[in-house]
Amino acid sequence: MSELVPISPRRRRTDLIMRGIFAAGTMLALVPLGFIIYYLLRRGLGAWSWHFFTSDPTGRFLGDPGGIKSAIIGTILIVVLATAIAVPLGIGVALYLVEYGKRGRLANIVRYFIDVMTGVPSIVFGLFIYIVLILSGGFGGFAAWKGSVALSLLMLPVVTRSSEVVLELVPNGLREAGLALGSPRWRLIGRVILPTALPGLVTGSLLAVARAAGETAPLLFTAFAVNATTFNIGQQMNSLPIQIFNDVRQAQDRIVDRAWGGALTLVVMILLATLVARLISRRSHSA
Amino acid sequence: MNTRPAKPQETIFVTTPESIPERGTLSPPTAPGTGDQTAGYAAPSEAPNGLGVELQDLHAHYGQQHAVRGVSLTFASNKVTAIIGPSGCGKSTLLRCINRMHEEIAGATATGRVLLDGRDVYEQGLDVVSVRRAIGMVFQKPNPFPTMSIFDNVAAGLRLTGTKGVDLRERVERSLVGAGLWDEVKDRLGSAGAGLSGGQQQRLCIARTIAVEPDVILMDEPCSALDPIATLRIEELIDVLKARYTIVIVTHNMQQAGRVADSTAFMLSGELIEVGPTSQIFTKPDDDRTEQYVSGRFG
Repeated sequence: MSELVPISPRRRRTDLIMRGIFAAGTMLALVPLGFIIYYLLRRGLGAWSWHFFTSDPTGRFLGDPGGIKSAIIGTILIVVLATAIAVPLGIGVALYLVEYGKRGRLANIVRYFIDVMTGVPSIVFGLFIYIVLILSGGFGGFAAWKGSVALSLLMLPVVTRSSEVVLELVPNGLREAGLALGSPRWRLIGRVILPTALPGLVTGSLLAVARAAGETAPLLFTAFAVNATTFNIGQQMNSLPIQIFNDVRQAQDRIVDRAWGGALTLVVMILLATLVARLISRRSHSA
Repeated sequence: MNTRPAKPQETIFVTTPESIPERGTLSPPTAPGTGDQTAGYAAPSEAPNGLGVELQDLHAHYGQQHAVRGVSLTFASNKVTAIIGPSGCGKSTLLRCINRMHEEIAGATATGRVLLDGRDVYEQGLDVVSVRRAIGMVFQKPNPFPTMSIFDNVAAGLRLTGTKGVDLRERVERSLVGAGLWDEVKDRLGSAGAGLSGGQQQRLCIARTIAVEPDVILMDEPCSALDPIATLRIEELIDVLKARYTIVIVTHNMQQAGRVADSTAFMLSGELIEVGPTSQIFTKPDDDRTEQYVSGRFG
């Protein structure tokens, strides 16, 4: 029989040291995040004003540089369109992988390519669309919808991968229950699988939206930029990342300040979208 | 998965396929003229009787593993048949072969014949969806749909099978009454099905199963996750349900088999050892192994 003894000083010391190491590591990881938030707020808030949100960039080097209205509207339009392409497609691919393809050959090949796609740098998607949809000449020049397509390519693997994980989490007992009732598989997917997985699907899609909203490179070759607000996705369109990219390279302090203000705006927009999605998924969960 | 030679129809219960009653008709993948996958199954709302099931030389495999080894067995209509045997003897697999849920597992195959009122459910070209509509199943773990209310759970079968022209409210009420749950939930049909107790959830699953009016109900250890009182309620329910359904129940609990089953089958290592009236299996079985098992000397 083993003896019960009081905790030894050595054990106590080891525990204290290990706790210290992990706590320090966590703090270290939080330092850059803290600095980012600090500088964003300090420099960005200073640029914010009513005028900042309600006027387009003037393009003038002297005098009033204008605000970021066209960039905000452009980012929203481009990202919404990209989401409309990538989310149904990505969830569709995930449904195929989980419900139909399973561990089959084709499904594994698709999984492999999705993994490869995840690792493709965003600028490559921009270049790809630039070559296929702009240089090819058949579709006109720079246009917002081409930026959306480039972003949707970037979002697709993120949506697919996260949706696949969430769909795998749907208990198999529910599938069996539905099939044993005599349900065709497609009805089972529509009435049981998707509603059960919905909160997770929303969260995963939002991760992709958050990633796409901040991307500069795919838009640089596709949607490019104009100063004026436009709602025409067939034309060039301004966006926050491009606006920031352009402004920060200028010599005038007032224009660099606009970049900070734009950056803070972008972060707040993504934060709001995430909060809204959390609320939606929580409500659908409790219902 | 289930590649089976299309044998000529043998006559077992009925003399010709034409004499199969409309209830329980198994439809080919697409019923002529409709395109609806479930159109071939026409269930009148007041169904008088369950249908008998006969297994002929049934084998089931998981990959190389031979889980059910040539079982031939008849489940009489409107009777409760219990399948007992130690863990891993293939009784759940056998049950899942009857409504072809077995083939949902990757690598699982089955050969042999499962005759529902004389018609082989493994017949080539038969719509598996119509097989499962005719043969309902209640699982070991209560599995109500978590996103649905109590009402929607019971109505789920009808919606999932695309059944039209049914008064949902009336059918849901009748199914809940039939499952002995109506009085407990009639005032909160809109609340979540997952919020019920385990025993209530299992009765909800039974209500969901009988709402589509199958001919046969398969129960895979339906009480193993429940407390004794909830178990008793399910057992009483089974006794009532057999008036309208043929019931096959897999159970680990020999007292339960003794309480609910008209006949009992004993399986061991994938083989059917003995089947007979429950009282006989428990008091004077023919086979020594059955005797040893029911008297608790192994298993």
